[in-house]
Amino acid sequence: MPKPETIAVAMSGGVDSSTVAAMLKTEGYNLVGLTLQLWNQRRLAGKPGMPETSEGRCCSLDDVYDARRVAEHLDIPYYVVNQQDRFEQDVVQPFVREYLSGRTPVPCTLCNNHLKFAQLLDTARQIGAERIATGHYARNEYDPTRNRWILKRPADTSKDQTYFLFGLTQEQLSRSLFPLGSYKKPDVRALAREQRLALAEKPDSQEICFIPGGDYKQFLDAYLADQGESMPDTSGELVTTSGEVVGHHDGIHNFTVGQRKGLGIATGSPLYVIGINGADRKVIVGSSDELTSKTLRANRLNWIAIPQLDGEMRVQVKIRHRHEAAWATLEMSGDDEVTATFDQPQRAVTPGQAAVFYSGEEVIGGGWIL
Amino acid sequence: MMRRVYMDANATTPLLPEVFEAMRPYFIERFGNASSVHSFGQRARGAVEQARMSVAALLHCRPAEIVFTSGGTESDNLALFGATKPGDHIITTTIEHHAVLHAAEQLIHCGREVTFVPVNADGVVDPEDIRRALRPNTRLISVMMANNETGAIQPVAEIGAIAAEVGVLFHTDAVQAAGKLALDVEKIGCHLLSTSGHKMHAPQGTGILFVRKDTKIEPLFYGGTHERQRRAGTENLAGIVALGKAAEIARKGIEDGAPQKIAGLRDRMEREILARVEAAGAHSINAPRVPNTTNLWFDHLEGEALVISLDLKGLAVSGGSACASGASEPSHVLTAMNVPTARARASLRFSLSKLTTDEDVDYAIEIVPQAVAKLRELSPTYRKHRDSQTSASAVGVLPG
Repeated sequence: MPKPETIAVAMSGGVDSSTVAAMLKTEGYNLVGLTLQLWNQRRLAGKPGMPETSEGRCCSLDDVYDARRVAEHLDIPYYVVNQQDRFEQDVVQPFVREYLSGRTPVPCTLCNNHLKFAQLLDTARQIGAERIATGHYARNEYDPTRNRWILKRPADTSKDQTYFLFGLTQEQLSRSLFPLGSYKKPDVRALAREQRLALAEKPDSQEICFIPGGDYKQFLDAYLADQGESMPDTSGELVTTSGEVVGHHDGIHNFTVGQRKGLGIATGSPLYVIGINGADRKVIVGSSDELTSKTLRANRLNWIAIPQLDGEMRVQVKIRHRHEAAWATLEMSGDDEVTATFDQPQRAVTPGQAAVFYSGEEVIGGGWIL
Repeated sequence: MMRRVYMDANATTPLLPEVFEAMRPYFIERFGNASSVHSFGQRARGAVEQARMSVAALLHCRPAEIVFTSGGTESDNLALFGATKPGDHIITTTIEHHAVLHAAEQLIHCGREVTFVPVNADGVVDPEDIRRALRPNTRLISVMMANNETGAIQPVAEIGAIAAEVGVLFHTDAVQAAGKLALDVEKIGCHLLSTSGHKMHAPQGTGILFVRKDTKIEPLFYGGTHERQRRAGTENLAGIVALGKAAEIARKGIEDGAPQKIAGLRDRMEREILARVEAAGAHSINAPRVPNTTNLWFDHLEGEALVISLDLKGLAVSGGSACASGASEPSHVLTAMNVPTARARASLRFSLSKLTTDEDVDYAIEIVPQAVAKLRELSPTYRKHRDSQTSASAVGVLPG
């Protein structure tokens, strides 16, 4: 009998990745459980505006202990890998910079690109596992006719995480297993119960893992204070599209495109943030109609289903995680820049978010909205 | 069944069977509260005092100078908090165990002044640097006897002499020395000395603080009059009995040359691994070291991945110090020795015990070079290093 392949399972202490470990164990793989220690939840706890205790979801001790218990239950070796420096450098600092320049970042994608499918995969290979398995809801498969690894939406479209995975390279996709891609979430919980995993009923995590409580503004304040820096003054004017000053704001990082609340101005018709001009610290406000865009531009592109974009391509574009992908025509508009022209104008195209291009179930590729 | 080799004795050691047998009756048949008047209590008291004598014999001190505690951390805290008052100055080093470092940091918040004296590249403090740090209000010097990560032995007798000369209290954390070196509180010249049971084959949760006669310390806990009012709380009877037995065995072992035997195994392992791996070395190699410890660096790899790789092959060693989650944190000791960060992260501690066998060492010599080679295959910095080596030898003229 050939020796079973060794697979590293990225274990977060949640139901999904724990179930992945249990499934692969049943299938007879030789498993090693790995948890990335990404952030010290205690670091900013108790800082002004931050909760005293750290009830955050990722990298909390509770989650590590949950993962460790699952590993013990399944009788697989388990290790915690410290990647706090890389996480701060590649995810947290860009997150802070983006907000301070008036953009709305997607930290989960950066974490996938730089940590989970980079550092973690490196560690896995160093310790003898050529592939890693994660609890992401997505599917990947090799297509011999195109000679490419393809990323596809999962069976449970309500849990689709492909939006956060558009940055994966062919190499990374070839070394990744997404065993939950063909399951629905309730079936995953049922499997977890069947495998007698104690955390089968643990609630799903929703918020950004390093921001317990989900208040990113408090996080920015606390993080900058921790760095010995103070929040730069990014206050300025609230202006309409025609340039009329209608008020003042106390910092561009407090706004995101599409936001309606907290503008501090009373008008007859509802006003929305329709743009943020980081250079002159202006927040542009307008009506619901002015919030829509016919096109978007994105750069720092990654193609998955195709080696490169030639000419025009009809795709569905998702401009934020919870967005219903909208039909558009894609065309290159620079060396590393693409323009998507929507069939129907889309609300709140937000700089800093990812634009991910789909063709049916397949992820064609994606980039970062300019 | 995979072979499992334990080389992390500086983290903890298993109980020796004799130690376990010695403590076993005190859980059930010979239970008792050593403070009770009746026969059960008397028997317990007798066992505690017997153990105190064994520990005193190991340290060459009087039994009354031994305070039983819950371990090295408590002993260190008792020494630092108990022997100083607000307004006092404490001198310690940058390479102490966190039980001293973090206690000292906390003491700064409690009105003490603290000087952290740096060490040299071999991880050894210069006694003259300690002398230079003295202030009129210096109350306590705390310097470890042997470092837990590198094994480097500190010049405690010289520091003890300085302390005596200027009339300052001297505490030494001897957790990593007990059972490995002959300990004599007179020769060290210390007023306070901490050790832990579980680093010398007694159970976790046992330890002692030596408190020299006439040295006043305030207790950490308030309660009964146990341990001559220096440590309130019912004695850990079975643990204390075990600690006494372990101390007795350690003392005999030192007389019978056990440390030399362990040093022989350590030296062979170190030599053979370094002969098989390039771009590698041992920290504190130029310093006197405890016999069981070697801290090896292997450039161009991540120590964390090497620890995991070796564990998957059954060899248990450690890298850096573990944080609460179990992830490794960069070593403050290697950082204090000015070891570059990348090398500090590529460093592993191997710590042997009297239970380590020749076969264990053979196994380490076999698998460590293999695991290092495997990790370096995937290391971009190693490829660069190797290419530069090859091109260097290509242009160099080799003697025929």
